[in-house]
Amino acid sequence: MYAQMVKSTGHGVKTRDEMTPEERAFQDRIDRGDKIEPKDWMPDGYRQTLIRQIGQHAHSEIVGQLPEGNWITRAPTLERKAILLAKVQDEAGHGLYLYCAAETLGVSRDELTEMLLDGRMKYSSIFNYPTLNWADIGAVGWLVDGAAIMNQVPLQRTSYGPYARAMVRICKEESFHQRQGYDAIRKMAEGTPEQHRMAQDALNRFWCPSLMMFGPSDKDSIHSAQSMAWKIKINTNDELRQKFVDQTVPQAEYLGLTVPDPDLTWNEDRGHYDFSEPDWSEFFEVIKGNGPCNTDRMAARNKAWNDGKWVRDGLLAHGEKKRARAKARQVAAE
Amino acid sequence: MADRDAFQQFLLRMGDNTLVLGHRVSEWCGHAPVLEEDIALANTALDLIGQTQMWLGLAAEVQSEGKSADDLAFLRDVWDFRNVLLVEMPNGDFGQTIMRQFLFDAWHSIMLTRLRSSSDARVAAIAEKASKEVTYHLERSGDTVVGLGDGTEESHQRMQAALEYLWPYVGEMFASDAVDAAMASEGIAPDPASMRADYDDLIGRILSAATLTLPDARFARKGGRDGRMHTEHLGHLLTQMQWLPRAYPGASW
Repeated sequence: MYAQMVKSTGHGVKTRDEMTPEERAFQDRIDRGDKIEPKDWMPDGYRQTLIRQIGQHAHSEIVGQLPEGNWITRAPTLERKAILLAKVQDEAGHGLYLYCAAETLGVSRDELTEMLLDGRMKYSSIFNYPTLNWADIGAVGWLVDGAAIMNQVPLQRTSYGPYARAMVRICKEESFHQRQGYDAIRKMAEGTPEQHRMAQDALNRFWCPSLMMFGPSDKDSIHSAQSMAWKIKINTNDELRQKFVDQTVPQAEYLGLTVPDPDLTWNEDRGHYDFSEPDWSEFFEVIKGNGPCNTDRMAARNKAWNDGKWVRDGLLAHGEKKRARAKARQVAAE
Repeated sequence: MADRDAFQQFLLRMGDNTLVLGHRVSEWCGHAPVLEEDIALANTALDLIGQTQMWLGLAAEVQSEGKSADDLAFLRDVWDFRNVLLVEMPNGDFGQTIMRQFLFDAWHSIMLTRLRSSSDARVAAIAEKASKEVTYHLERSGDTVVGLGDGTEESHQRMQAALEYLWPYVGEMFASDAVDAAMASEGIAPDPASMRADYDDLIGRILSAATLTLPDARFARKGGRDGRMHTEHLGHLLTQMQWLPRAYPGASW
């Protein structure tokens, strides 16, 4: 998943005594593992939190096309070009399912898009980092999709039906992307000395930003506590980050690449790797808009939207003309 | 071996068309006017690159110099490319991109339909697979040309301007030369000139529904499919496309 620091109600989880009867019945359904469907009653806070979370996820898929699209025209073989095109196409498709899931909550895709473009909504911090060499494309699949999957697999069991179902489809494609990414970076790591150097450089630059994808520790966050009570967040950020590190370190070793963390060690007692926290001050700067690519990413999305206005208007006008003509024909026939 | 050379040239023409257009379309990634178009453009580019692998793969096999489709795509210079000029024209605005796509798809669909009955089984097999994809490309680009031509005043004007800008590049797709004569006499591929009437009929119907006016001029800019004179645009496209394998020769990706 690509949502970070999603705000919930900000009031903490209500006790059963504080809940209205409707809220209590709703929480009971969640606790039983029922899926909530669009027409069901839901607390406004649940609806708004989901819109923020699904919207942020959808926006990330859309903005995420840019760092990968950056290499489509420079992919080194026809096969790599085809694989990358297919992946970026899948991601745009994920954006589409997610916007559709958000629309079931009563917000339109255009409204969400406008909130992204004027900065009211965010997308994942990871897409504000540049892709600078070809191995970055492998690293994005391996690390970025790998981190996303950590979050998305549990979300297949999330309480909101349309979101859970979108996630099932997305997870299948994401795990495919991750395997392709690993294959691409493996080829680089095992290639010429220059290619190996590109692979190491990609890992050096993407390691910390990938750890940041899970967001800062949320063990004391009232927002996360509420989201977990509603089962729209299943695990804490720290649990997922640990799982990601434990999975990724042996893969890096297999590739002959060095994880850029001198304090990384296997902790026998915990049965997990100990690792250094990423620089959270950098994370907060990126979230504020001061990442390496924030300005360019938003400029690109705004340009696409503004340049495309005449196209959207044209197609809309044509649709209206067609409907009017069909109606006129129907009237004439009657 | 004159016929083998002609066959090789024909395969390069098919493969370079799809390679260069696939590249151009892929330049849109993440920048399209609406999400559905991002998906459709990536899908079109993907189909075209897939077709390139087949055409250039066969070209390399026929050439039998131990080269691969990738060698042909990434290690030839401008003068060895055999695509029509139309496909190397820049994207321009979305209208220009979709008009270029439509003018090419219409030719491509007729060509592939005829190639399905090629006397060469390998050509027929590629055409069989590609024509399914291209039928969809044509449906989509045709619908979009109609939607935008018959949309707002602005979209109409932009589509008319795109048609006028690209029209001089249409004629080259129907020019016939000795390569085409050799292919036609062996039943491998149709003489392109023989496809013009079907083409005019097809685009005439769509452009009329789009309320667009076909330019009068029949002048045709040529020089791509025989490599005699490409546009200045192709060199820049190849610079970007070929940079990595050329900068690191011998690497495997």
